[in-house]
Amino acid sequence: MNTVTTANDTATADLLDLIGRELGDAAVVTEQQTLTGMPVLWIARNELLNVLKLLRRVERPFSMLFDLSAVDERLRSHRRGLPASDFTVFYHLVSIERNADVLLKVALDEQDLKLPSCVDIFKNGNWYEREVWDLFGIEFTGHPHLTRLLMPPNWDGHPLRKDYNARATEFDPYTLTVEGQRQAQESLQFDPQAWGMERERDGAEFMFLNLGPNHPSAHGPFRVVLQLDGEEILDCVPDIGYHHRGAEKMAERQSWHSFIPYTDRIDYVGGVMNNLPYILAAEKLAGIEVPERVKTVRVMLCELFRITSHLLFLGTYLQDLGAMSPVFYTFSDRQRAYKVIEAITGFRMHPAWFRIGGLAQDLPRGWAPLMQEFLNWMPKRLKEYDKAMMQNAIVRERTKNIAAYTTAEAIEWGVTGPNLRATGCDFDLRKKRPYSGYDNFDFEIPLGGNGDVFDRGQLRIEEMRQSLRIIQQCVNHMPEGDYKADHPLTTPPPRERMLEHIETLITHFVQVSWGPRLQPNESLQMVEATKGINSYYLTSDGNTASYRTRIRTPSFAHLQQIPAVMRGGFVPDLIAHLGSIDFVMGDADR
Amino acid sequence: MSWWTPELAAIVFSVLQALVILLAVVLLGAVMTVVERRLLGAWQDRYGPNRVGPFGSLQLVADMIKIFFKEDWVPPFADKRLFVLAPGIAMATLLLSFMIIPITPGWGVADLNIGILFFLAMAGINVYAVLFGGWASASKYALIGALRVSAQTLSYEVFMGLSLMGVVALTGSFNLRDIVQAQEGLWFVVPQFFGFVTFMIAGIAVTHRHPFDQPEAEQELADGYHIEYSSMKFGMFFIGEYVGMVLISALITTLFFGGWQGPLLPPFLWFALKTAFFLMLFVLLRAALPRPRYDRVMQFGWKVCLPITLLNLLVTGAVILARAS
Repeated sequence: MNTVTTANDTATADLLDLIGRELGDAAVVTEQQTLTGMPVLWIARNELLNVLKLLRRVERPFSMLFDLSAVDERLRSHRRGLPASDFTVFYHLVSIERNADVLLKVALDEQDLKLPSCVDIFKNGNWYEREVWDLFGIEFTGHPHLTRLLMPPNWDGHPLRKDYNARATEFDPYTLTVEGQRQAQESLQFDPQAWGMERERDGAEFMFLNLGPNHPSAHGPFRVVLQLDGEEILDCVPDIGYHHRGAEKMAERQSWHSFIPYTDRIDYVGGVMNNLPYILAAEKLAGIEVPERVKTVRVMLCELFRITSHLLFLGTYLQDLGAMSPVFYTFSDRQRAYKVIEAITGFRMHPAWFRIGGLAQDLPRGWAPLMQEFLNWMPKRLKEYDKAMMQNAIVRERTKNIAAYTTAEAIEWGVTGPNLRATGCDFDLRKKRPYSGYDNFDFEIPLGGNGDVFDRGQLRIEEMRQSLRIIQQCVNHMPEGDYKADHPLTTPPPRERMLEHIETLITHFVQVSWGPRLQPNESLQMVEATKGINSYYLTSDGNTASYRTRIRTPSFAHLQQIPAVMRGGFVPDLIAHLGSIDFVMGDADR
Repeated sequence: MSWWTPELAAIVFSVLQALVILLAVVLLGAVMTVVERRLLGAWQDRYGPNRVGPFGSLQLVADMIKIFFKEDWVPPFADKRLFVLAPGIAMATLLLSFMIIPITPGWGVADLNIGILFFLAMAGINVYAVLFGGWASASKYALIGALRVSAQTLSYEVFMGLSLMGVVALTGSFNLRDIVQAQEGLWFVVPQFFGFVTFMIAGIAVTHRHPFDQPEAEQELADGYHIEYSSMKFGMFFIGEYVGMVLISALITTLFFGGWQGPLLPPFLWFALKTAFFLMLFVLLRAALPRPRYDRVMQFGWKVCLPITLLNLLVTGAVILARAS
């Protein structure tokens, strides 16, 4: 045990004290030392709801259920000091006021996979619990609609269990009969009664309109079923999972290194921004401290990808409002950014360019003038968008006071990123919990006030300006140094060191073929990604692959919030809102 | 050659003339589809279709071949008769309206003395095309599109007719040739500026072009009333929309901008140039503007445009009376 008292220890002690005082010492089974940077408490199952309630109402409350998922612990070998558990469900709570987190874990026995649902305490627990039921088969009693979320409704088995095969070749060949196809299609038929919706009122039938999964404004395979009275939306049910690729399952059979390209495809317009939380979490497990140059290059590329993502947002957002041209302008701007990205990384959308302990390569010669060209180009374009579109009367009318929500509502639904800041809540991890050297940069966090469709659009334009500012500082002050950390777990290891003698050659060979083995522990990294807070929660069991990789994505939370915002709106408002959320289905479904 | 009388010659000539105009209009509608894409391309920092033939000039041919040979699918759940009838109405009403347009002093299909009324009647019938199309498709998106379009077109037709009454009152005739002749000294756009503005808006709304393309609203209704149509049936809706655009442009030219009149150039060229200008304007509007919300479009029609047209008519009437007395 560490003798130095860290801030985390104090926070843990405070929480233990609080819970012990209010609920008795039996509520917390034990605390766990991890590299997640937050108190990790194992909670007794019967006290779970009480603890959640307590943390929700305590002074400076933990008001956001940031993440909820589970781990199949049955094959985990390094769990000394932890309570016996076959399946562990964890609740990641965030307190905006404290700028602190807590991770609560509940142990479950294989024979009794049941937990009380937290939906009454945290509304957004709904989808998370459905996801856990879907992928682990853990039942949440009291859940209003515990059905599959990501897998098709007629799916067999719970894919994230360890005894569920990961590869298609491990299964019998796939067959589909005509009857099977009919059943699969029928299971997708929407049944209003199952969702507690009325089919008619005063003798007039409502229209149930399937928007998606194939619709021009659904931004990918996203489906939302609308209950319409005329064009007014009485209620709606978002349906996701059409883009589910099982990234979390794949992480369990890819090496720590070879999983990096999969992360690119989570938020597939975010490029290397996706690598960052994964790499940072893995580096915590490996204990690697990277050189300043690496940090700065990472920040620079991430901000560049933030700009390309926001440009895509801006174009499609305006297109959803019916303006046809801006998307072509923003795409030609993105093209200019990709020119730089391609020169640096060799790829465009999914460079997978960050490495555990560094970068794939050093910056190429002549990168700075290229980047400067882009930096000089963008400001006048942003001004044009401001003038031609955001000040346009029709745009303002379509977006002002449309689909507005308050900070409290946003937090209740786990909304993060620009969508949260549009409500005026100053919560940006780059400032609040600087990572990868963000504290060295001079930039501002733009805030909105009304939390409506307009603010979400305007705010992102302002964010692009700030990103340009950060990149400019990177160009002006790029530190010299190595592009890889000098550490045994840096993957792949520096090539110069492989040809010294047979020992270095073998080390290099093992590192590259099997991949590095990271110490058994848990780590978590949150970053302010393009669409909100993205986090990777890695559990290592001392192998070359992750034992469990939990990917928490912002789009998932944002989509879940749609019905709460849209009830009473018109169909065109829904389209405007969908445009303003800035989601991609890869990010929601993983 | 006793059967070849001057009367017969005149009939043959006007039939030929009508055929030429008909073909020219249909062709122009088709060409506009390509022209629009090229213009949008130019305004949007891209090329547009430029691969088929020199400078993309044969794109139209490629499009035609494609649309003619696509499977002409009628959904099994559709009301077949109305489903087939709808695109026919869409195309026919708009083409028939061209009858009244005087292209040059010598060219034009019919010299109707109820010219404008005929156009308004045809525009009224045109609503049925969309209504039938949307209803017969038995598809929810099509139905919403049809609902929107009938509400929108009906509201905008109310003041569309009224917006032209100023012109009619100034001329004292419904005949378009008379109207053109009456503009010899001064184009009606000057005394009837508000009439022009409201007619233009109504014209866009009635042809459901952007920003009044509520019934189609790709981002919302994924194409609206003609979502279930394919092949040439879709083609007729599609070309019909462009024919409508040409028609409204030609009408604006005729009613407010002196028709074929103008110095130096031959009358036909003047007419063509003016019409082309308004066609461009239609495309530019589409490139430049976002789409207002449907209920705001209705409000705009009833609360802004209708009062303006009424006031305009009132003032015009007062001026005419004052002059007469």
